[in-house]
Amino acid sequence: MDQFIINILFVGASFALYIGIAVWARAGSTKDFYVAGGGVHPVTNGMATAADWMSAASFISMAGLLAAGGYANSTYLMGWTGGYVLLAMLLAPYLRKFGKFTVPAFIGDRFYSDTARLIAVVCLIIASTTYVIGQMTGAGVAFSRFLEVPNTAGIWIAALIVFLYAVFGGMKGITYTQVAQYVVLIIAYTIPAVFIAMHLTGNPIPMFGMFSTHTESGMPLLDKLDQVVTALGFNAYTADVDNKLNMVLFTLSLMVGTAGLPHVIIRFFTVPKVADARWSAGWALVFIALLYVTAPAVGSMARLNLLTTVYPDMAQQTENYDAAAQNPIRYEDRPGWIRSWEETGLITFEDKNGDDRIQLYNDDSDAFSDKAEEFGWEGNELSVNNDILVLANPEIANLPPWVIGLIAAGGVAAALSTAAGLLLAISSAISHDLIKNTINPRITERGEMLAARISMAGAILLATYLGLNPPGFAAQTVALAFGIAGASLFPALMMGIFSKRINNRGAVAGMLTGLLTTLLYIFTYLGWFFIPETNMLANTPENWVLGISPQSFGALGAIMNFAVAFAVSSVTAAPPKEIQLLVESVRYPKGAGSAPHLSQH
Amino acid sequence: MADDNTNANANATAYWKANVRTILGCLVVWAFVSYGCAILFRPLLAGIPIGGTDLGFWFAQQGSILTFIAIIFFYAWKMNRLDAKYSLGE
Repeated sequence: MDQFIINILFVGASFALYIGIAVWARAGSTKDFYVAGGGVHPVTNGMATAADWMSAASFISMAGLLAAGGYANSTYLMGWTGGYVLLAMLLAPYLRKFGKFTVPAFIGDRFYSDTARLIAVVCLIIASTTYVIGQMTGAGVAFSRFLEVPNTAGIWIAALIVFLYAVFGGMKGITYTQVAQYVVLIIAYTIPAVFIAMHLTGNPIPMFGMFSTHTESGMPLLDKLDQVVTALGFNAYTADVDNKLNMVLFTLSLMVGTAGLPHVIIRFFTVPKVADARWSAGWALVFIALLYVTAPAVGSMARLNLLTTVYPDMAQQTENYDAAAQNPIRYEDRPGWIRSWEETGLITFEDKNGDDRIQLYNDDSDAFSDKAEEFGWEGNELSVNNDILVLANPEIANLPPWVIGLIAAGGVAAALSTAAGLLLAISSAISHDLIKNTINPRITERGEMLAARISMAGAILLATYLGLNPPGFAAQTVALAFGIAGASLFPALMMGIFSKRINNRGAVAGMLTGLLTTLLYIFTYLGWFFIPETNMLANTPENWVLGISPQSFGALGAIMNFAVAFAVSSVTAAPPKEIQLLVESVRYPKGAGSAPHLSQH
Repeated sequence: MADDNTNANANATAYWKANVRTILGCLVVWAFVSYGCAILFRPLLAGIPIGGTDLGFWFAQQGSILTFIAIIFFYAWKMNRLDAKYSLGE
């Protein structure tokens, strides 16, 4: 059967499944819509959280980042999982006990301040919107490659599908859809990884295969990879980093950002009990880890596969890589997967020295330039987009066509599940915190649900527009989402639970400090509102303050938030008695009830 | 009544202190495996080889994640026991 038909079948069947689930679990009340009725089992919730959390970036981009950066990019692995430890111990159980539908609701009530609530809504919308752009573009890439439609059509299809199940199903529909999406995405990710690990090392479990012996050369796989990449002028895959401060801060930023992202936090409002919120965070991390311990194996093996495809003589070599490097494949002999990705523009070849062969090496390395000259190379000729590694994996490993169909469905599932979660966080903040709480407190439940659906539809349109016209470099806007969530929301939530002394003024001053310093630092290097050419300093390590990259600044923003909030609170009046009692009550699980109560808002 | 309230408050305070102590212990392990073993102390672990690289690399790419899972399940288990001990569970 034709590959295109197979892709259509897999993607179509998965869509039918999601929409069927959404119809079955459609939301009947605002409680269904915001927190899925509050009766989700912790393991189910863990699975839904994993799908919600693992975005197009985790599924499509992370293995590519690891392949390109090796050890240095371990930050993503640790940062995007370590945040769950913070979430499980510092936020989830207490916010579940508090029993409200949204993150701004906690901040507004705990700090008895509509200003604080409004800042939280703004932070939530900026963080979630910038994050959703990446999901829409990710879905667009997957669709355009596998369904052979233009990128814009791909984004519109994604928007329509999310609209159908998220707007009607609300949190209830999204929860069960995400469970199905998790199953699809983890199977799609693991099957090719198992085949590749088998092929390269004989060990079917990728996470172990990565540390075992490379069959063709008889060397440890990572040793082999280090030799191959250094023979082509790249940094060793396992090489240590020079700037440890930046690596620590970047990891910390991703951790506090993960713990502060509202679409993840609201998933813990859906379980019946406080104890379930704790277990649920553990299950979420188990399901996430299934993909996250496989990703480094996929990254390292894909890198080795790619290089030995271009330099076939290097595969069995244990020394004398220079000779092997002089015999790269001819352009006309390139494998089919290079041809099909060339059509998308994500792999490009330019024969700079006119020898009809592909030269793939690090032409930025001064140390290697003499050797390149000696070989008669005039620059790197093959550029490969990092994002295609996972999607191209089944083709690289010559797997049957149905695996490619599965990967297509998995990539789309990852993007859509996260997009749905983000859109729900945005719409509930608008309908519940802005409309119900601030603009029209007397709105009926039906009216509130209609408002939630309309604001979700509006958010989808905005996300689609931004996906079609991404602001310059969509990837870097992710730094903004994590920076804001980590520097403003996470500290405010944590202080609201662990300190009775932080008052309204302290919280507002702290959040503003975290938000503004982080925005300022990011915009200084990446341009005001990401508009190209408006950055005040070039985004290079020499210009960074103490070598701290804009992506890593969220951790410092969070520290400043804590410091300012404590300083301001200590010189202003303590919070009123009833707020101190509220803080007491969120600390003890007793009396949480079966689900968030509606009477208060 | 007053005594009951005082007892209840003392009970709740002791529960919260035990919770915070547990969290601090877990955070020490959390920081040790990720920022410690995987990043800062990696040169010290360079002498311990594992599958073509060193133990620090393994902690960075797999070990810390596996430890994080263990920390969360330990915390959930420990808190369940504290909930029961102080009769503050649901």
